[in-house]
Amino acid sequence: MAALPADIDQAQALLKAGNYVADRSLATAVFLALKLGRPLFLEGEAGVGKTEIAKVLAETLSRNLVRLQCYEGLDVAAAVYEWNYARQMIEIRLAEAAHEESKERIAADIFSERFLIKRPLLQALEPDPKGPPVLLIDELDRTDEPFEAFLLELLSDFQVTIPEIGVVKAAAKPIVVITSNRTREIHDALKRRCFYYWVDYPDAERELAILRAKVPGAGMDLSREVVAFVQKLRQRDLFKLPGVAETIDWTDALVQLDQVALTTPAIDSSLGALLKYQDDIARIRGSEAAAILEQVRTDLAAEAAKRLLQH
Amino acid sequence: MTETATSSRLAQNILLFARTLRAAGLPIGPGKVIDAVEAVKAAGIGTRDDFYWTLHAVFVQRREQREIFDQAFHIFWKNPQFLKRMMSMLLPQLRYEQPDEDRQEMAMRLAEALQGDRAADSMAEGEADEEELEIDAAMTFSEREILQSMDFEKMTTAELAASKKAIAALKLPIMEVPTRRFAADSRGRRVDMRATLRASLRSAGAIPLKLKSPKLRHPPLVILCDISGSMSRYSRMALHFVHAITNDRDRVHTFLFGTRLTNITRDLRQRDVDLALDRVAAHVKDWSGGTRIGHCLHDFNTKWSRRVLGQGAIVLLISDGLDREGVEGLEEEMVRLQKSCRRLIWLNPLLRYEAYRPQSQGAKAMIRHVDDFRPIHNLASMQDLADALRQAAMRSDRPASQGTIGGKRAA
Repeated sequence: MAALPADIDQAQALLKAGNYVADRSLATAVFLALKLGRPLFLEGEAGVGKTEIAKVLAETLSRNLVRLQCYEGLDVAAAVYEWNYARQMIEIRLAEAAHEESKERIAADIFSERFLIKRPLLQALEPDPKGPPVLLIDELDRTDEPFEAFLLELLSDFQVTIPEIGVVKAAAKPIVVITSNRTREIHDALKRRCFYYWVDYPDAERELAILRAKVPGAGMDLSREVVAFVQKLRQRDLFKLPGVAETIDWTDALVQLDQVALTTPAIDSSLGALLKYQDDIARIRGSEAAAILEQVRTDLAAEAAKRLLQH
Repeated sequence: MTETATSSRLAQNILLFARTLRAAGLPIGPGKVIDAVEAVKAAGIGTRDDFYWTLHAVFVQRREQREIFDQAFHIFWKNPQFLKRMMSMLLPQLRYEQPDEDRQEMAMRLAEALQGDRAADSMAEGEADEEELEIDAAMTFSEREILQSMDFEKMTTAELAASKKAIAALKLPIMEVPTRRFAADSRGRRVDMRATLRASLRSAGAIPLKLKSPKLRHPPLVILCDISGSMSRYSRMALHFVHAITNDRDRVHTFLFGTRLTNITRDLRQRDVDLALDRVAAHVKDWSGGTRIGHCLHDFNTKWSRRVLGQGAIVLLISDGLDREGVEGLEEEMVRLQKSCRRLIWLNPLLRYEAYRPQSQGAKAMIRHVDDFRPIHNLASMQDLADALRQAAMRSDRPASQGTIGGKRAA
């Protein structure tokens, strides 16, 4: 069981060890969440690496990752626990066959832990030899308000009440990471209990570092061009700006296409990996892409010249 | 006069005051009146301030009720001699008066409440001789009828005020869609295993099947309201309408647009309609200016649609479709908007004219991409809208949008 980071530098190093290039502000939020045992609430556009943070934490701290993917209509039966009805029915039948008369005894028997199917939230409260797990509650905005309200109890006391059994309390607090794409506002009451962090698009330098870490197969020149291109694209008026995940996918695609540098035809044919809306693709494809590429090349050449002069 | 007579007189006045507050919109039941009488007895009538805060403690239960209470108190218990007289066992002299035209609108609402009460009370108790009578005949039944079909634009201030009141009382029927959650239902189509097993332990022999069915919930509602010059008369009424909806159900988001887009959802959460609209007015900078529909819709699509159109929202677009700018990009934005919501309903006050056909370029571009097209120029049309929302169709049965001038009715 790896030790929790003792300061922000260590938190940053921890994320880096998991191949996650984080800036100082994110490392601070992660450190505080770990140190004070409060949930970390990550909000941001799709594809900026929110879910990844939880995965990296689980990996570098060598904990288990318990993931709860949220969706509309998520309820206690799918999120916390459910009774194994089939087994319960068989048990009742068996008890009847054995002429077991006492209703209480049957009840106590079939509503015991043996017949309980544990769902992610309950699993996260269980003692774990590897240490308390990382609980990832992914895309919380997809579920509805009643579930949010249910989470309030869980996140403040780390306990769940099962009427037939009683209160299940966490042996040790799990590390909780909540993500949201902000397709609706999460209630303040929930946010209040967490450390909130808005995950933004990375700047060029950090994006390059991420790309180098994630797609080592891509050459330095290609990576530079890709990052510069994507950064320029994010300044455009697009319906959906490309996230880091898209940058990585696109670079992967370009590598598969055996490109060592960006060219207009290569961009046009692989733009679908970067932009996901037809309007956006139609706007960028062709002359617009060529213009951006031209600009990117000029900028990179100027940068290279500057670097050369400094040496 | 005896002791009991005085205290019953006090109780009666508190009762009257409570009724006034109730008429002005505060939820006050008989229990509260008893509480108030007891509280006043317990606290004693010391100063006017004490009296104020005693009643305040009983009657006010929410932050937004404070303003109404404050005004009501000062109007109702107006006479400065009141407390003195009360203590010297004299009758309180209650004066109801018509507020001046230039008073705040809230006082207007209150005055109506006061007068309404007055009329009823004096008839019931036959004590009218002690007090001045001044009954406003506004909002009798026949007049309400006329208001129903009168165009907002042609109304006088008094009529506008009356219809505002009618709008506030207008409840939007809650159109509901099934969710993925279940509730116990004896006529449900699915078996609730958990309940069934629990029940099986209670009864001997056969296992009684417990059933469940999906819960229903209304989808979120997003309202985009045009506040440009050409819409000014309607947009004010529309805001009253929107406020009434916002406070009637959850998940309502409201945006205003003229030359730019403003989110006023939080302002409208203020329960008191006059305060809410004051806040909106302070917040919005482009009242009665030009319109840039395309530009504003673009803003909405890029900045807000993902945040508020989740979970199958219904969008109400309140606009006359007259765009100051060209229609550059408007059509694309309408397409996008329609695609991202469950149902897009365009409310156009110009539809009051029988022969209205979308003439302006903007309107032509818009009408091709709406699911429904309705008038919103008078109370009757608002009622129609309410009915339309009740039966709002699901995504699947979208009509071909070309030329669907539905719900049109003679004004």
